[in-house]
Amino acid sequence: MMTNPTARITQGQFSFLPELTDAEITLQIEYGLKKSYAWSVEYTDDPHPRNTYWEMYGMPMFDLQDAAGVMLELQACRKTFPNHYIRLMAFDSTRGVETITMSFIVNRPASEPGFGLVRQEVNGRSMRYTVHSYATDRAEAQRYGA
Amino acid sequence: MTAPLYSLPGSTAAAATPAAPAKPMRTVAEVLAQSQVESVMDELDRDLIGLAPVKTRIRDVAALLVIDKLRAQHGLAAQAPSLHMCFTGNPGTGKTTVALRMAEILHRLGYVRKGHVVSVTRDDLVGQYIGHTAPKTKEVLKKAMGGVLFIDEAYYLYRPENERDYGQEAIEILLQVMENQRDDLVVILAGYKDRMDTFFQSNPGMSSRIAHHLVFPDYDVVELLQIADRMLTSTHYQFGAGAREAFDAYLQRRILQPHFANARSVRNALDRARLRQASRLYADRESALGAEDLSTIAASDILASRVFANIEGNAP
Repeated sequence: MMTNPTARITQGQFSFLPELTDAEITLQIEYGLKKSYAWSVEYTDDPHPRNTYWEMYGMPMFDLQDAAGVMLELQACRKTFPNHYIRLMAFDSTRGVETITMSFIVNRPASEPGFGLVRQEVNGRSMRYTVHSYATDRAEAQRYGA
Repeated sequence: MTAPLYSLPGSTAAAATPAAPAKPMRTVAEVLAQSQVESVMDELDRDLIGLAPVKTRIRDVAALLVIDKLRAQHGLAAQAPSLHMCFTGNPGTGKTTVALRMAEILHRLGYVRKGHVVSVTRDDLVGQYIGHTAPKTKEVLKKAMGGVLFIDEAYYLYRPENERDYGQEAIEILLQVMENQRDDLVVILAGYKDRMDTFFQSNPGMSSRIAHHLVFPDYDVVELLQIADRMLTSTHYQFGAGAREAFDAYLQRRILQPHFANARSVRNALDRARLRQASRLYADRESALGAEDLSTIAASDILASRVFANIEGNAP
């Protein structure tokens, strides 16, 4: 049974929606900047749900006034990693919050093989289950035809 | 762009761009009324003394942007004009002040989205070791997006005496962004005339990408006096009897001396006069001081300047 027929990874905000256009991404960035969040761009080719910390593309961008700056960085990242997952994250530096408040995927590989269920037989008749990303069968930087 | 089947909160505002109100604007007056640019221009005329060529050019630029808006209503798409500028002039002629006003005018006309000014010098753009310059310059550029990037003393970016200077790298990144992100960012370079000329000679690419070269003329004594009046009023001081004439005489002499920095020298001279006024009042311990006394700069406060003392000619 296919549990995810579209074979799209759904992580972060807006991931069940169609791909955001650049204009829509700009609006989201503007929203965050209005709330004085610091945006940052991250990428990875290992989209396992427990892979929380992706690679940073450049520094988080503090003190920005306009979305064009973030878009500039995003375009540069897309050019460098066209077949990686790229996400934008907004950091709220309010004292006591100090955490990521927005995060959404803005670039994904052309084909996403998805995840398989791995069963491991352990003591007695017990089974252990884990999730395995097909993409990670290949070496880093060779996944997704990159 | 294909319209999505869903709607995001806030996306309707962008679909109807802020430049397109319900009723199409037909006249210049309507655009001016909508953008309220007129009030900034009047303020500019009122607050800044002299600088006639600069004001004319700013009016020209504003007029072009207004007409472009009207043209856009008729579907006469015009390429966004290049508004990168270069301000050259002697110290204290108001380059920074005009840059701040410029940002506001461009913002009111909707040419820059946010209208903030990021003011930088060489140190903010150029790194200290290999690979340090590009991220530094890019970070500054990203901060300036949607506003105006004001590069003070821009000629320092290029140091011909050192061929491995990282300034060249910053200039190249700057040029690239000035060309590609023309509607996101306006770059204003400022500096002294002769050194900016050398800078442009060695960087022809920079010179050709800057459409507006504004020359800030020196002020004459009458204008400097008006500036002094303006400065005193804004700090709640006034010239006492004969003090204005004394300051006139002061300026006549000071203007001939080396290192005269126009409005900045006026400010410094007034600051020194305030010091002298303070010690004059301080010396007289017994008399009751009213608001009048506390806010008046007497002729003696100005005549005590070393400009009058060293009249024989060996002024430092």
